[in-house]
Amino acid sequence: MHLDPVILSRMQWAWVIGWHILLPAFTVGLASYIAVLEGLHVSTRDEIWLRISQFWIRIFSVSFAMGVVTGIIMPFQFGTNWSRFSDAAANVISPMLGYEDLMAFFLEATFLGVLLFGRTLVPRWAHFFAACMVAFGTLLSSFWILATNSWMQTPAGYTMKDGRFFPSDWSAIVFNPSLPYRFAHNVSGFYVTTAFVVLGVGAWLVRRRNSLEGRRMVMMALGFLALFVPLQMVLGDQQGLNTREYQPAKLAAIEGRWEDASPSPLTLFAIPEQNEERNAYAIDIPVIGSLILTHSLNGEVKGLKDWPANDRPPVLPVFFAFRIMVGIAFIMLGMVVLGWYLHFKRRLFRTDWYLHLCQYTGCLGFIAVLAGWCVTEVGRQPWTIYGLMRTENSVSPSLTGADVLGSLIAYMIVYLLMYPFGVAVMARMVRQGPGTAEPPIQVTKPAATIAIPAE
Amino acid sequence: MSEGIPDLLPIWTAIIAISVFFYVMLDGFDLGVGILYGFAPENQRSSIMSTIAPIWDGNETWLILGGLSLLAVFPVAFAIIIPAVYFPVLLMLLSLVFRGVAFEFRFEHRLITRFWSRGFCVGSTLAAFAQGCILGAFIQGFTVQGRVFAGSSWEWLTPFSIAIGVALVFGYGLLGAGWLIIKTEGGLREWARGAGRTCLLVVLAGVLIVSIWTPIASPDISVRWFSWPNIVLLAPVPVITAFIALMVWRALGGWGNDAAPFFLSIALFLMSYLGVAISLWPMIVPGHYTIWQAASPPGTQTFFLIGTMALLPIIFMYTGWSYWVFRGKLRGDIGYH
Repeated sequence: MHLDPVILSRMQWAWVIGWHILLPAFTVGLASYIAVLEGLHVSTRDEIWLRISQFWIRIFSVSFAMGVVTGIIMPFQFGTNWSRFSDAAANVISPMLGYEDLMAFFLEATFLGVLLFGRTLVPRWAHFFAACMVAFGTLLSSFWILATNSWMQTPAGYTMKDGRFFPSDWSAIVFNPSLPYRFAHNVSGFYVTTAFVVLGVGAWLVRRRNSLEGRRMVMMALGFLALFVPLQMVLGDQQGLNTREYQPAKLAAIEGRWEDASPSPLTLFAIPEQNEERNAYAIDIPVIGSLILTHSLNGEVKGLKDWPANDRPPVLPVFFAFRIMVGIAFIMLGMVVLGWYLHFKRRLFRTDWYLHLCQYTGCLGFIAVLAGWCVTEVGRQPWTIYGLMRTENSVSPSLTGADVLGSLIAYMIVYLLMYPFGVAVMARMVRQGPGTAEPPIQVTKPAATIAIPAE
Repeated sequence: MSEGIPDLLPIWTAIIAISVFFYVMLDGFDLGVGILYGFAPENQRSSIMSTIAPIWDGNETWLILGGLSLLAVFPVAFAIIIPAVYFPVLLMLLSLVFRGVAFEFRFEHRLITRFWSRGFCVGSTLAAFAQGCILGAFIQGFTVQGRVFAGSSWEWLTPFSIAIGVALVFGYGLLGAGWLIIKTEGGLREWARGAGRTCLLVVLAGVLIVSIWTPIASPDISVRWFSWPNIVLLAPVPVITAFIALMVWRALGGWGNDAAPFFLSIALFLMSYLGVAISLWPMIVPGHYTIWQAASPPGTQTFFLIGTMALLPIIFMYTGWSYWVFRGKLRGDIGYH
């Protein structure tokens, strides 16, 4: 069997980033939520906010630690497996990655120590400030990473010499055409993901303990989601329009369009067949495709046949991932509408099946994030830098298939060991509930005594 | 250099050198604490871990800064070196994963606690070992064709790189012992003093091996140190190193205050670092690329430098603040409760 280092390196990248992205998808939202809770506690002096905040801070510390260690792996992948890409693109992308580390990572990691362990060591306002800095850090981090990713999707502000990229206009590089849409859609998606986790955990606490903290969590989540689920749909639509303009081949794969069409139908379901260049079992609704994608009744949507076969993305995964993402969005919308309906009927906390449903839908955001990521990353194939540098030319030339297979297996073993443990640790914290357990490590003045609870 | 932009390369070289040194110093001591953890008395282990719990992840960010600055300022060096040390990098990253999550995962179950405690020690040790191997491979040099690494993924594996790997494990152990002496009292502090001395002896053996082996293996390095007048100008380096080593030994025995072993060990690291830098200057890919040949265009350096100069002082300030918040001794009597 021939082991292809390119395919294996792509699998390894997908593996390490797929697992990693689940953590920012949760911690970006949770950091902001904790900052809000701390702010409420500082301003109202109501202890319930403190209990809710402490509850989530413990869970945050576990997910953040996992995010840090899986995140450190990412920049090294550029060097280990994608050294040709690094050599070609470093002049442009490296300062953005560097700024992520300088602005965000340091900020988060340092203030996290104060947030987790410093409550009794620093004044109340300083602790709140630390919470805000952690939240701000996660947003900055998302900004720079997505700026880098967006530049690779819609490159701008560069010149090329000897196959390498040189910066010519930094504001065009950073604020490249897809950045605003990608950033808004991603961060809002991360917030929605976190809010559904809060909703699910809150619902569980209400069902099992009839806990007051759980009720607050449910109401906060529902209030937030009433705004952000529709907003996220609008932002997704806007990113779609941007993709149509800059990455029409990706859009064609999303839609499963092989031929140019105006007006274009909307394909609800099909099995796209890459080699036969057609869809099997297609269910089409006429005209709606144009309406959604171009906001007009006869706007043109390009078909995949406009591009040579080796410039087309794999259609099947992109097509289905997109439908999974959109399907989840509608389920989420349904959950929010239902929740508010029950609330106005004054039955929300007595409707056990709905609370149950909240628990089960708590993880939907993660699936949507992975699906959306799959759409945007598989959809831009076969390019690492869209239209300019091919994935197959990006890989480190020294690697053999066996090298990459070995490292991929090692990453698989470690991640498959770590993630179940992480989930178990967090699930245990949820079961302990708010206000019951001590913070993980206590630090008290004057001698800065640090103690870990008994094992 | 174009349009009168001043040459920023010396500043960048200094920033990268400082980031790498900060990483070695800061993550060095917390990896070292992790290494010693596995050998410490069982009932003291939780206290040992809690001396670094609030600060370890901040320390690791210096690793990323070092790596990304290398990518930004010397992209071709990054593109050659990192694939050349594919497996040590893999080992380092996975080890850092293991030790990082061990802080969070040591919960109630006895078996699980034991598993992650071991993971904490083994992960710390292997991460240090892998970093030593990377350093060894870097000093050895790589097979390069044009702008790419052209050797095999196992080229790094030599007795020399292994020896450096082992030496760095003990080197970090020495820093870790110094940190524990600052943070603890009583029996644990005495234990750390003993452990520190063992580590120091192995480190010195390692430094000696490198000092003898590198000039023999590389004529360039030999000329650098032993030609006239360098031999006189550079003579203070080994002399001062030996003097500091003696001071560390005495400090571990109780001379000076509790911070002395830690800061003297850092001075020892600094001298070794200086020694390597003198040997290799001005190469960033030994034998192939100097820092000028490997440099990224001025536009990249300038854009990244503006922010870095603004942010580094702030980072130093709040890193300092967080160390200040968690200052002082860990009280040995309340390890458990």
